[in-house]
Amino acid sequence: MAASNAEKKPDKDAPWLARAKAGDFEAFEYLVNRHEKRLYAFAMHILRNREDAEDAVQSTFIKALEHLQDFREAAAFGTWLTRIAGNTALTFLRKRKNNPVSLNEATDENEEGFIPHPDFIADWSHDPAKKLEQDELQTILDGAIEALPEKHRLVFMLRDVVGMRIDETAKVLGISAANVKVRLLRARLALRETLTRRFGDEAKRIFQTHDHGTEQMDKTSAQLLLQSYQA
Amino acid sequence: MKCEDMLRMLNDYVDQEIDPAVCDQFEAHLEDCNPCQVVVDTIRKTIKLYKEGEVYEIPIAFRDRLHQTLRERWLQKNDNKT
Repeated sequence: MAASNAEKKPDKDAPWLARAKAGDFEAFEYLVNRHEKRLYAFAMHILRNREDAEDAVQSTFIKALEHLQDFREAAAFGTWLTRIAGNTALTFLRKRKNNPVSLNEATDENEEGFIPHPDFIADWSHDPAKKLEQDELQTILDGAIEALPEKHRLVFMLRDVVGMRIDETAKVLGISAANVKVRLLRARLALRETLTRRFGDEAKRIFQTHDHGTEQMDKTSAQLLLQSYQA
Repeated sequence: MKCEDMLRMLNDYVDQEIDPAVCDQFEAHLEDCNPCQVVVDTIRKTIKLYKEGEVYEIPIAFRDRLHQTLRERWLQKNDNKT
């Protein structure tokens, strides 16, 4: 994968980091310049609120500033920052809710076993980005993603939008890689379903006449799915 | 390979992380199964739309505030050291 190869290359930030560690604020500010846009977009994707995203980004850089000497450079500086930003944004998210949604895996043992089968299957007749005005498209995309359970939305955002690896996503969310994969599949299928209902060409809809066995995955298949991810 | 198996492998296939041997079976199934072809295609389009869709620009006023705050923190921290 591109991301893992990128980590093996020398960290472009290393010279600036060394100077910042030696007390040079200009070098630290250079690193802030280099990463602030990415981290702001990252925080917006998770928090979906401008004020919270700003607070999370500021808090991330303050933590980085305070703990600069503790950073041992086992990972790239950018990866370290992303981890701090991920943890910070998730803390904000939990605080924001009076009744916080549990992101840990103990609560969704049963739910993870259920993988919805694609129902509305139809090719998208036109390129939806051209078919609709961009604003309208964005409203549809926002609506679909807002409708996802938060734990699925977060995995989709981190993995597919921000582009984090499965193991990084697992680390930031504090769940297993197997659960990241299952949640990602559920999120992708749910979004596909919603968008196909919007963009799918009814005239070209395919009704499933071929044998799918059961309509949804039974318990045994779901267990196999989890086992295959855990293997 | 049945459609259920295809669903199970969908992530790995779309992410190009599928075992090459399984990939051949997956693609053989796709060739004969139009619904699965459409599901794979629309899953890819879904991911692409979200990946390209939401662009958040950092607000300039916030950026200025951020840099000011960090400069103050930096000075504070270094003052405490001396």
